[in-house]
Amino acid sequence: MTAATQPNEYVADEPTILPGKAPLDQDWADVAKWGAIGASTMIFVVLSGMLTGLDSRLVIERVFSLGYLAVVWVPLTLGFLVAREEVLEGMASHAKGANEVVSGGIVGALSGAGLSLLILLMDSFDLRDPLVNWSDKTLGLLQFSEDSFFGIVMWAVIGLLLGAIGAGLHLLTPDMRRLVKIMVVTVLFVSVFETFLTDLFKGFGLVFITDFLYAARGGLTIISTIVLAIVAGLVAFFGKGRVKQAQTRINAGAVEGGGRTKANIAMFVIGGLLLVILPIFTGKITNELLANVGIFLLLALGLNIVVGLAGILDLGYVAFFAAGSYTTAILTSPNSPGWSPELPWWVALIVTIGVAALAGLLIGAPVIRMRGDYLAIVTLGFGEIIRLLFLSDWLSPWFGGAQGITNIPPADFGFFEVKGTDPRSVFYLVLALSAIAIYVSWRLERSRMGRAWMAIREDESVAEAMGINTVNVKLMAFVVGAVLASFAGAVFSAKVGSVFPSSFLILVSIIILVVVIVGGMGNIPGVIVGAVVLIGVLGGPKQPGLLQEFSEYKLLIYGALLIFMMLTKPEGLVPNARRTRELHQDEFLQDAWLRKQVDEDEEASEAELGDGPTAGAPA
Amino acid sequence: MSRLLEIEDLSVTFGGLHALNNLNFHVDEGEIVSVIGPNGAGKTTFFNLISGMVNPSAGDIRFKGDSIVGFDPNQVTALGIARTFQNVRLFANMTILENVMVSQHCRTKQGLFGALFQTPGFKKEEVEIREHAEKVLGFFGSRLVGYRLEQPASVLSYANRRRLEIARAMATKPELILLDEPVAGMNPKESAELTGLIGRLRSEWGFTVVMIEHDMNVVRDVSDRVVCLDHGEPIAAGSFEEVSTNPEVVEAYLGRPIEKSRETDGAAT
Repeated sequence: MTAATQPNEYVADEPTILPGKAPLDQDWADVAKWGAIGASTMIFVVLSGMLTGLDSRLVIERVFSLGYLAVVWVPLTLGFLVAREEVLEGMASHAKGANEVVSGGIVGALSGAGLSLLILLMDSFDLRDPLVNWSDKTLGLLQFSEDSFFGIVMWAVIGLLLGAIGAGLHLLTPDMRRLVKIMVVTVLFVSVFETFLTDLFKGFGLVFITDFLYAARGGLTIISTIVLAIVAGLVAFFGKGRVKQAQTRINAGAVEGGGRTKANIAMFVIGGLLLVILPIFTGKITNELLANVGIFLLLALGLNIVVGLAGILDLGYVAFFAAGSYTTAILTSPNSPGWSPELPWWVALIVTIGVAALAGLLIGAPVIRMRGDYLAIVTLGFGEIIRLLFLSDWLSPWFGGAQGITNIPPADFGFFEVKGTDPRSVFYLVLALSAIAIYVSWRLERSRMGRAWMAIREDESVAEAMGINTVNVKLMAFVVGAVLASFAGAVFSAKVGSVFPSSFLILVSIIILVVVIVGGMGNIPGVIVGAVVLIGVLGGPKQPGLLQEFSEYKLLIYGALLIFMMLTKPEGLVPNARRTRELHQDEFLQDAWLRKQVDEDEEASEAELGDGPTAGAPA
Repeated sequence: MSRLLEIEDLSVTFGGLHALNNLNFHVDEGEIVSVIGPNGAGKTTFFNLISGMVNPSAGDIRFKGDSIVGFDPNQVTALGIARTFQNVRLFANMTILENVMVSQHCRTKQGLFGALFQTPGFKKEEVEIREHAEKVLGFFGSRLVGYRLEQPASVLSYANRRRLEIARAMATKPELILLDEPVAGMNPKESAELTGLIGRLRSEWGFTVVMIEHDMNVVRDVSDRVVCLDHGEPIAAGSFEEVSTNPEVVEAYLGRPIEKSRETDGAAT
């Protein structure tokens, strides 16, 4: 009823377009700034070893390696960024032309010159000692196996061209730009995910496609690159607007009533079926990946309740993962050093849930009275304390110290056995548990408890003044989070077959938090996307992802991604509507005002205020 | 009429500052009492003490005969004292409906189990919470209901935010409601309307009201009794006419006439 009654027909005016600026009418300080950023980024990427380390991995056969890709995206992106113009709604903008191309080109050339400078320096000095990648191999790659002069000139030229191309993208019509984007992304996607796609296509018996696409030594062949680009272009060209149309149809259905929910349920069922059927065809690599994604999804869903809903920044979340893993290990493994009842896995799971809930209460009780930063620091400490307890000699008669607990049997359900050597079975188990976790999150968010969590996140003092027992309610969030983490721990034990304190580093907490933040805090689809993108593509703390080549730079990429997201899209990839409002309050209010959703009487009352000032002092 | 709230020799100090000093005060059931006084007189501190957000240094606060000193804010609210805030503090990113639903927390009891298994008890309670929320919002006419229910509190105008704050306090099902400057920032028309509503809080909902207010028109129209605070001490109490003509009150607001202040200064030295 709400969607229908809202006046929503706001249409923006046609924007005014001013003539383009003269080619040399530049904001030179800005151009220099972006150039310096580009140059330092490129030097950093080369010295961090990506150029050399990823050189053997080919994107396009003989022509282009992943190492070079890690470098050349910089001038292209910066060229695009520097030529961009922020246009506010209803404001005039400049026509794009030579001016933009010139600024993009200069920024690109300056970035490239960074590498020219690096070649010069590498030629003259030897800094091998602190900088491992200050090597002949790097220099050779930088110079394209020619002499240094060639390399110096080439990088400036490459930078210039790529910067100009990046800026030139603004000259294309939006449709053309979209087409180019789709073509490039498709080629890169197919090339970078070679292992995964090969594995996938093999499962479906489509080996001839991968045989055609990829060269024997890896990478796309030149012909397949061209074919792929053309096919992607054609699909994009003829498919244009179809997705939009479908979306509009679904949304239109929603207005008429019930259509949206029906469409959602249908999508959910189809997605679920796909997830059940897909692993039958996919190979071991993909299934292993999916199993890892699932374990981290469970963890992220739990942390999402704590951080995303209740707003408690818990940096020691790994403690509950560890508690779950160790409890399951002790209860099921015959090698458990202290006490080994050798229970079946599902019985152990029930006990584990109880133990995790207890751990949540015990750790939560002293911590929960604190707020904000203090709470974050204390939880960080507790996370480490738990790991050190498992590691300690004092408790090693029960937990095995650094040797951990080994020989954990597979989870046996009678008709179905879940073991690490069969990642498909792990995936099914994790899928079932994730479904439970999603259901729990979804139900709790729309309950008395969920509303109390949100109120605490918004303003804890007021929530308390409104009759919410903040200590109990926050503790409840902690306990629910701990129980979901223990699910993940129980699966982890059965999958890996052994637990060691070193599996529960602080890094795990941080990575789960990054998954939640990047995906979209407080939003279940966001958390799922976050887990798939980060754990699936980049990999977990110790688990490889799709981009195995990047595993050495995983933490670097995690960090860079986190900073990037915080700066540009703090609400995450799939944002929660509330959180977006919180972080973009001004824009949101402006939009609401433009759509006339904000109170009309606000302006009226402001106007009336001028008439008579309210009486203040007594007569 | 029975005593609803009794305050005895209440003092609170922040460092060396006596924010309230030996305050004695009482509210009878069904009264509307206004607390006035210049800025910094300790009015909001007085509310913070009653609602448990600040603990007194000395003295006693009794609600329906039992001391509530040392109670947490949520316990005080559960006993039946609700409040609003001077600088409107809504849950800005929750919807208007949710703002009012969440403040019924202490009157409801369904926990995790009910929510997870969607027990009949849970569903029934959710319906009741929602019905009560809509009833409370309906008190303010059409402003906070209809399509507004699902909008975030942050899109409301200033006056409507104040109204929502009152609605949120009403939804906790209190006996005593503390309003901290309910009409601040409203125009005369809105103030007059809200004055009427404050009267109806007593007549229709049976709330006892204690209100901090600077707008003397509102104070005059609605209060049974007025108490004036200055520097943490009550300087006058009684009907509006008595208090507003009390020379000490006028002095607290407007200062002393020049000649008189010279006289007293001279006498002091």
